Amino acid sequence: MSQDLKKIAKSTVALEFKTSTFSVPVLMLTTDDFKLLEQQLTQKIKQAPEFFKNSPLVIDLQEVNRQGYLIDVVALVGLIRKSGLLIVGIRGGNVAQNKQSLELGIPVYMAPGRDSETETKNQIKTSIETSPIPAPVKPEKIEVTVPTTIITQPVRSGQRIYAAGDLVIMAQVSAGAEIIAEGNIHVYSTLRGRALAGVQGDIEARIFCFDLQAELISIAGNYKVSEDLSAAVRNKPVQIYLQDKSLIIKDIV
Amino acid sequence: MARVIVVTSGKGGVGKTTTSAAIAMGLAKRGHKTAVIDFDVGLRNLDLIMGCERRVVYDFVNVINEEATLNQALIRDKNCNLLYILPASQTRDKDALTQEGVGRVLEELKKDFKYIVCDSPAGIEKGAHLAMYFADDAFVVTNPEVSSVRDSDRMLGLLSSKSRRAEQSEEPINEYLLLTRYAPERVKLGEMLSVDDVQDILSLHLLGVIPESKSVLNASNSGTPVILDEKSDAGQAYADIVARYLGEDVPHRFIDDKKGFFRNLFGGK
Repeated sequence: MSQDLKKIAKSTVALEFKTSTFSVPVLMLTTDDFKLLEQQLTQKIKQAPEFFKNSPLVIDLQEVNRQGYLIDVVALVGLIRKSGLLIVGIRGGNVAQNKQSLELGIPVYMAPGRDSETETKNQIKTSIETSPIPAPVKPEKIEVTVPTTIITQPVRSGQRIYAAGDLVIMAQVSAGAEIIAEGNIHVYSTLRGRALAGVQGDIEARIFCFDLQAELISIAGNYKVSEDLSAAVRNKPVQIYLQDKSLIIKDIV
Repeated sequence: MARVIVVTSGKGGVGKTTTSAAIAMGLAKRGHKTAVIDFDVGLRNLDLIMGCERRVVYDFVNVINEEATLNQALIRDKNCNLLYILPASQTRDKDALTQEGVGRVLEELKKDFKYIVCDSPAGIEKGAHLAMYFADDAFVVTNPEVSSVRDSDRMLGLLSSKSRRAEQSEEPINEYLLLTRYAPERVKLGEMLSVDDVQDILSLHLLGVIPESKSVLNASNSGTPVILDEKSDAGQAYADIVARYLGEDVPHRFIDDKKGFFRNLFGGK
């Protein structure tokens, strides 16, 4: 069997080394107060737990060393791992810290623009360097782009169309048809059926149509039935949006 | 290549069977070998309209169940030897129809016939579904009133989503609008939807308008398709429709109120 493997190794390329660039969050430390570090780290993670879950991380000791604190890497790694982050490297550490890291199986990276071996020797000189502090991670929700659904055929009575994003209909929507979207709805013809936009609660969603004759219109659960529509907004191009929880129907100009 | 035409509407009593009989006869009269199938199992009517009710031995369900061959069940029309009728069973219900069985019968008919007209039952259930499932062309029969128009719209939705062509993402079924029982004078009075109103709602290619006519009832009672009554307006309207379906450019008639037109012409009241 081992001979077979050798044969294969000779005849085919089994692996190849390549270089790739990754964007990895870097944790800059400014204190050796472990209690404070733990508290703030927990707080940050709480703001965006999905973002930080199993996220790779590089620890940057440059600033904390410059300020003269001496951090025990073993204790620090233990603290960070407890929070669920995966440490993939360390940089800016002194000789002892780098050694500790390697013993823990954590790769040592060079601090930007500098050789880590000379780091400790030139500690004072480096103080003039303005090391870039990474922008704080905002607890914003990660937006996923949902493609727009485009329908070119008439939507007939009894048919139902659901779109996870925006819904664009290039033909008429018959009475008794239902068009539903989590985003906006555009109807480039007559809208006679029911149109429900922002069904997952998006109050910014709008409905646009060329000829309003709808049975029902709704945005984020706020609705109007045909009877509630005044003659002033019927049979013409309008847009419908939500303002202070009430539906506003206006001409498209 | 044979074409399967479904005559459908959703709503009952709008003239599906009258239309099926008329266009099947029209196509056969023009030299195309045509079969017309009654899909209204349990409410058999086509044989009456075609005047062949006394010659029914075997029916569509017998053929599906392989209790009879297609040739045994097909009835040759007495007026036109290119037209054959496959009657429905009166003692069974729609559950006797199976998709596989209907498909098999249609495939067999396609070998021998140019046009196969499927007379759909009312509703959107099994019988109507199977009548339209294998169609290449659909004649949507609509009366100029709101409930019929809405039901036709529903049927059009099913044609574009639940048919074989839709399910297999083939070229969609050709859909045509047939407006029946049209009375221009009542449209004028605002008692009836106009051709434009119906087309606006359905946005469908208009194949023709059949005027409200006494000749239709007479034809039904006598068991001769109304298209054979060449003097009647309804008969002429169906002949026009067959011609248009076959690609001829025939101007539309029976849309305007003729009496009103003459009255205006001669300065009457």
